[in-house]
Formats: sequence, structure tokens, C-alpha cells
Amino acid sequence: MATPPAPEPRWHWTRFLFILPFIAMFWVSSYNRVEPALFGFPFFYWYQLLWIVLAAAIAGIVYKAEH
Amino acid sequence: MNWPALTVFIALFVFVTGLGFAAARWRAGDLSLLSEWGLGGRRFGTFVTWFLLGGDLYTAYTFIAVPALIYGAGAVGFFAIPYTVIIYPILYLVFPRLWRLAHRNGYVTSSDVVLGRYGNRWLALAVAITSLVATMPYIALQLVGMQVVIGAMGVQGDGLIGDLPLIIAFVILAAFTYTSGLRAPAMIAVVKDVLIYIVVIAVAIWIPYKLGGFAPVFSAVPPAKLLLTPPAADTYGSYSAYATLAMGSALALFLYPHSMTAILSSSSPNAIRRNAALLPAYSLVLGLLALLGFMALALHVGGNPAYADGFKRYGNNFAVPALILETFPGWFAGIAFAAIAIGALVPSAIMSIACANIVSRNLYKGFLRPNATGAEQTAVAKIASLVIKAGALVFIIFVPVPFAIQFQLLGGLWMSQVLPSVILGLYLRMLNGWALLAGWAVGASLGTWMAYTTSFKAAVFTVTVLGTSFPSYIALWALGANIIVSVVLSVLLKPFVAPAAGHAIAAD
Repeated sequence: MATPPAPEPRWHWTRFLFILPFIAMFWVSSYNRVEPALFGFPFFYWYQLLWIVLAAAIAGIVYKAEH
Repeated sequence: MNWPALTVFIALFVFVTGLGFAAARWRAGDLSLLSEWGLGGRRFGTFVTWFLLGGDLYTAYTFIAVPALIYGAGAVGFFAIPYTVIIYPILYLVFPRLWRLAHRNGYVTSSDVVLGRYGNRWLALAVAITSLVATMPYIALQLVGMQVVIGAMGVQGDGLIGDLPLIIAFVILAAFTYTSGLRAPAMIAVVKDVLIYIVVIAVAIWIPYKLGGFAPVFSAVPPAKLLLTPPAADTYGSYSAYATLAMGSALALFLYPHSMTAILSSSSPNAIRRNAALLPAYSLVLGLLALLGFMALALHVGGNPAYADGFKRYGNNFAVPALILETFPGWFAGIAFAAIAIGALVPSAIMSIACANIVSRNLYKGFLRPNATGAEQTAVAKIASLVIKAGALVFIIFVPVPFAIQFQLLGGLWMSQVLPSVILGLYLRMLNGWALLAGWAVGASLGTWMAYTTSFKAAVFTVTVLGTSFPSYIALWALGANIIVSVVLSVLLKPFVAPAAGHAIAAD
């Protein structure tokens, strides 16, 4: 077995932010539309792509807060 | 025959093969140990885990099938994006815990985890068999991706001759997995990703540039395909289908043995957590790739007689290769096709290693030879990895592709039925092994029955409650029933059954 891992990080309240991507993505009616378009992308497409970045940012924020 | 493409393709393939064999010496360990051969010694840091999980989750089949779905069905195919949005919170919150448990007790597979938790070998067997049955068609579908790009370069024929390139590619794959274990796909994944990023960036910049921006790409899409169909008043229609497809796929993803292998091979829980923030870079690539389906519509490749034969052979899966052939010179098409083919090798290798670990640990050691030594387990795993790959190859040569896709659909819903055993057990102590086994059986049967009512064609089943319809992904209905049965039976059985004897509970 390898060396024992570092102790568990502190549990930080920012973990609650992880609820946001779930709410955003499950609320389909909020984004099933064309306008406002961005760079030629209908809202449906750029909004969901944007959430990829936001969810990654949330993971980054939580990680920073816990370490 | 497209010689420029084929030359570049073969050159890249030879390079990757060399890399696969050389990988045995990378951070060399004692390859006669299963945790070395099958988990790379649990030494992969943030960086390698990023490539390994990326190679695992974003496969050749994804690159071909997601744009093909967008090309054929439109907006609904974009569910792959919310799916990739929600997998990473799950990865961050749940899997470091599983890693710790596995690390402390030397577990290699999810079936090991279940056996340790509940001490119920029949439940462990159910988890092992589910994993094997769900993963086999997944490996086979990777070959479909490879088949399509080889065909797109003009290498095609009927009968066994037509399948020869595929057989050669798979023999090579089998050979380097056998010698190098998990180190081989980890190393090759780096090459695959560099190629994929080059191709995607080139395509996502060049095609809109030629067409004059993204607006013409989207305006070429028929209005009915551009958005989801808004549901009528008495149903959640396409909305609940879209959301549950994303959720159900996300829950199943990390239960698949190949994701489990990639997660358990990382060096620390922090490597996993960092990847929850870093892996979404792939999701952006996937999002751009998905839009290739619309670009293929905008360039009318489907109506072009040059590609009629390809579409006839491979259906909508030919949309991306046709788009690449239409837009780029032969040598660049060779790079793109090599990226897809290598993108098939990486997950196929990880999947077959993961299955081999299960055969060795949970079937051979678990049921046939409880006293098997580490070296013996590794020897069995290496042979099993060969048998599994041969099986996938035979499957794809003799079984029609639509059947393989239906099988994979069923695989996904069966796979999610191990969630209560593997994941809920990390949090709830009240669960009983026999109750979980009953829940698994109920979930798998219900899901299979629901799929049967759609003739195994649709992933969505509609349940109507008080006049309102909820069309939802079958795997989630099945999982709901599974969890209810598992929890209720655990409560009912409590007075009659001694507490589970698993050592992991005491240790946790």
C-alpha cells in the first residue's frame, strides 16, 4: 500500500454551491429558447455551455475554501 | 482509397503502439501485482488522472455518436452537456470517500467495496456480473467509432477482409494492454487528447469562419430541431426526458468499472477533487464537438453523393467523418481520424482492464480460488483482458450495430442499479446486503421490462400520475424502485438479521 493520504479537508459551507448547477440544468423550461442569442449561438446552447464553466468554477472555489 | 489520410493515420497509430509497449517501464512497478498492472500502482497524480479520466469519459463513441444524435434529432442530443455539468459535483462530493475506503482496504473494484461493506458474496457477485455485462457492449461500441473512420478513409470491403483493419488494431491493443496494464492507456491518452484538441479547435474555428460565423450554422437547422418541443399542459414531455437523461447518465457514469478504475488509480482524494475543477475543459470540447452535427447539416453532407455510400453503411454516425472529409485536406483528415481511433483504444484498454480486474478479484478469487496469490490474480486478469477484448471484437463483427446500441442502453440502466450497494452504503449504515440484492433485482427487472415495452428502442418511459405524464429515463424509474425496496426491506429485516460482518464498517 502507498503512503497514507493527507487528512480530509475541512467541510466548508461553499459545498452548498454545488446545488446550483443541478437546479440550473434541471430547470429546462428556463433555457429552452433562442433569445437572447450570443455570437450566433441560440440561448439554449450558450447557456448550457456557460454552465460547464460555472460548475468548474464552483468546484475550484470549494477546493480553495477547503484547502 | 484516401492515401494522404491513410498514411498519416497509420504513422500516428504506429507511434502510439510503440508508446503503449514503452509504458511498461514508466514509473516501473512490480507488474505481477494486480494493483500495479490493473491500477498503475495507485500513483497517478492530478495530471495523469486528468488524461486518464478524460480518455475514459470522452470516448471515440462519444465523439461520433453525440454529433450524430444532434445531426439526426437536434436539441435533445445536447443532453450530453447538462450531463457533463452535473457529473463533477458528484465526483467532488462522493468519490474521495470511496477512494479512501478502497485505499485503506486494498479494494480494486466496486464489487470489492460491496463485499467489504456487507460481507455478502452474492451481492458482490451481482455487482461484478452487472459491471461485466454493462461494459462489454460499451467496448464493442468503441469499435464502431473505429470502424466508421477506417471506412471513411476508403478502407472497406465485405466479409472478413473488411474487418481486417479492425482486427489488426485490436490485436495491437490487446498486446500492449497485456504487457503494460493501465500504464499504457494512461500514456496514450496524452497523445489522444493533444490530437483531439488540435482537431476540435481547427474545426470549431475553420468551419464557422468559412460560413461567416455561428449564426449560419444554427440557421441551417430546421426550427423543430433547434429547441426541445415545449410540452403540452398535462405532461412534462421533452423537459423531464431531457433532465432525467442527463441525471441518470451522470449517476451511472462513475459506477462503470472503467471510471472506477481511473478514480481508484489516482494517488489521493485531492487529485480527484482537483479534477472536478479541471475535467470540465473536456466538456467544452464535447460541446463544440456536438455542434459538428449542426455544421454537417449546414454543409449538406447528407445530400452529397460523395458520402451517400458512407451514410448508407454507417447511418448518421457518418456525419462527422463526412464533415471532416468535406472541409479538410487528406493529411488533416488523417489526423482527425487517428484522433478518433486512438480515442477508441484508450477507453477500450481501460474498460478491458477494469473488467479483467473484476473477473480476477471477484469471480476467480471470490468464488473459485479464495487463496489465490497476488501473482496468480494478475495472471488471471491479464488473460481475462484478452478474452474480453476478443469477445467485444466478435460481438461487433457478428452482431448488427443497432443491436449493440440497444444492448448498451440496457447496460446503462443495469449499471445504475448497483448505486444503492456501492454509493448509499458509504453514507447509510442501516442497509442490509440481502435487501440491496432484492432492490437490485427489482430495479434491473423493472428497467428491462420498461425497455421491452419500447421494443428496446427508447431510453424514456412515461409514467402518468393523477393525469400528469412524466416521461423519464428508464434507469431513473428503475433506480427509484430499487432504492425503495432496498431501504424498506433493510428496515423490515433488521430484527431478524445479525449486523453485517463486513470489516469496513468497523474501520470507517
